[in-house]
Amino acid sequence: MTPIERTAGELLAAQAQGESAESIAKSYLQAIHDREGRVKSFLHVNEVAALEQARAIDAKRKAGQTLGRLAGVPVAIKDVLCTKGQVTTCGSKILQNFRPPYDAHVITALDKADAIFIGKTNMDEFAMGSSTENSAFGPSRNPWDLERIPGGSSGGSASAVAACEAPIALGTDTGGSIRQPASLCGLVGLKPTYGRVSRFGLVAFASSLDQIGPFAHDVLDAALLLETIAGHDDRDSTSVNRPVPPYTTTLDQPIKPLTIGVAKEYFSEGLDSEVETAVRSALKVYEKQGAKIVDVSLPHSQYAIATYYLVATAEASSNLARYDGVHYGHRAKEFADLIAMYSRSRGEGFGSEVRLRIMLGTYALSSGYKDAYYVKALKVRRLIKNDFDAAFAQCDVVMGPTTPTAAFRIGEKSDDPLAMYLSDIYTISCNLAGIAGISVPCGFTKSGLPIGLQALAPPFEEEKLFRIARMHERETDWHARRAKL
Amino acid sequence: MALDLEQVRWVSHLARLDLSEADLAVLGKKLGAVLEYVDQLQQVNTDGVEPMAHPLPVSNVFREDVPGQSLSVDEALANAPARHGDFFAVPAVFET
Repeated sequence: MTPIERTAGELLAAQAQGESAESIAKSYLQAIHDREGRVKSFLHVNEVAALEQARAIDAKRKAGQTLGRLAGVPVAIKDVLCTKGQVTTCGSKILQNFRPPYDAHVITALDKADAIFIGKTNMDEFAMGSSTENSAFGPSRNPWDLERIPGGSSGGSASAVAACEAPIALGTDTGGSIRQPASLCGLVGLKPTYGRVSRFGLVAFASSLDQIGPFAHDVLDAALLLETIAGHDDRDSTSVNRPVPPYTTTLDQPIKPLTIGVAKEYFSEGLDSEVETAVRSALKVYEKQGAKIVDVSLPHSQYAIATYYLVATAEASSNLARYDGVHYGHRAKEFADLIAMYSRSRGEGFGSEVRLRIMLGTYALSSGYKDAYYVKALKVRRLIKNDFDAAFAQCDVVMGPTTPTAAFRIGEKSDDPLAMYLSDIYTISCNLAGIAGISVPCGFTKSGLPIGLQALAPPFEEEKLFRIARMHERETDWHARRAKL
Repeated sequence: MALDLEQVRWVSHLARLDLSEADLAVLGKKLGAVLEYVDQLQQVNTDGVEPMAHPLPVSNVFREDVPGQSLSVDEALANAPARHGDFFAVPAVFET
């Protein structure tokens, strides 16, 4: 294992043994220097600031001061999270020069934990996409095969960790945007329960679905990162005021007895046979430890994508109304009047997928169509949630593949929005229902592409999810592999 | 459900998106394909189902109204595409 291939847990241990935060930061900056031309994970790299931060942490340690939970650990941040005074683009031309006047809640939390901000990562514009091909600044690459996409929308965060340009990263998940790229890049990725992590300073896409969560090489690092960012924040009224369990402390306690629900809807048409085989062997790993597998049914999951593309776009059309060329962001050079200034600025600033989704959401909310589209989707959303409530009455977690196939090629789906949307078929209902979900590495295809196992749990059961994920990790070594670059 | 170009133009007007004729045509086609796909929701019986706008059963969240630190005028205006003194500058809305 080379120095950059270590986990955050190992980096913390190494510093306790005398390794400096500065040398760690330097090794990751060197990795970025060597690899970034091939993987394109980052939109901005904080070369100078990261080294300054690292030296300050070394000085603090030398002076015997108390250090935070992630002291000296570099973290990559999806460029949808506001960083005070630092460009935050959301992968969009419309915010190309936007410097937020404040930090997101999760940034403040990481700063308090003495984490090192190494850079901001690439993403599909406004988190709308499953491949990073919708980034206004070009796609990121999958470190396991540079001809393929890393997944999306948090693809840059996933490729950064998979390429060992950072040991951990933050992403956001609105319909699978953490779990899908984690799966395609061989990482652990968690979407926390809605309300677990404050969305203050997260640039909104779909406010009732968005959550911030961790990318990591292993379950311990994901738990460490969630422990750092979770908790109540009164600047987000949907942030829930309940204690954050000590995830990292209980991690190694297996759940016994454990009942795993398997839904036939998650082993449906379109599921690649290599993915299915890997997921079925992961289930065997649990059975060997005494877990009981039961069949559960999620009959409305077939409607999840249709529901999502009405709910998410309706919310997006409203959220993205703020980009009007007045307060911040791009303003067109020429226009006849105020309305023309709005329309020109928006028409010039947004990329094609964002335009499509704003249009779809606008249409779904427009007079005469709202009941047939938006309200209908909200009712089906309730039925999707009811399916999960019924399933969780019979099992602790629902397991299945995170994605129907391994990573696809750049350009393969970029002209067909529906084909792209279908790559999120197994991840999307989790956001609609507001529950928690994790993806963990569970194998590789013959051609060497990572495969992910998804586990879904009831609201605020992240602690259980980590413990269950760890039961698989302890018996396998998929998480220990690193891409050769 | 396919949309004709007039409908696409109307939606782009509602969304305040100024797009070229060529863009509208491409967008209209994609929009039609997605609308056709989402039409499958009409098959689902949702009689008596309460719409779910939000995953948490929270309604109003209140707190004490305590004065706090606000952004300074300069911080608030730092990203403005155009500034006029202490204000955001926009094209005139009313005839003078």
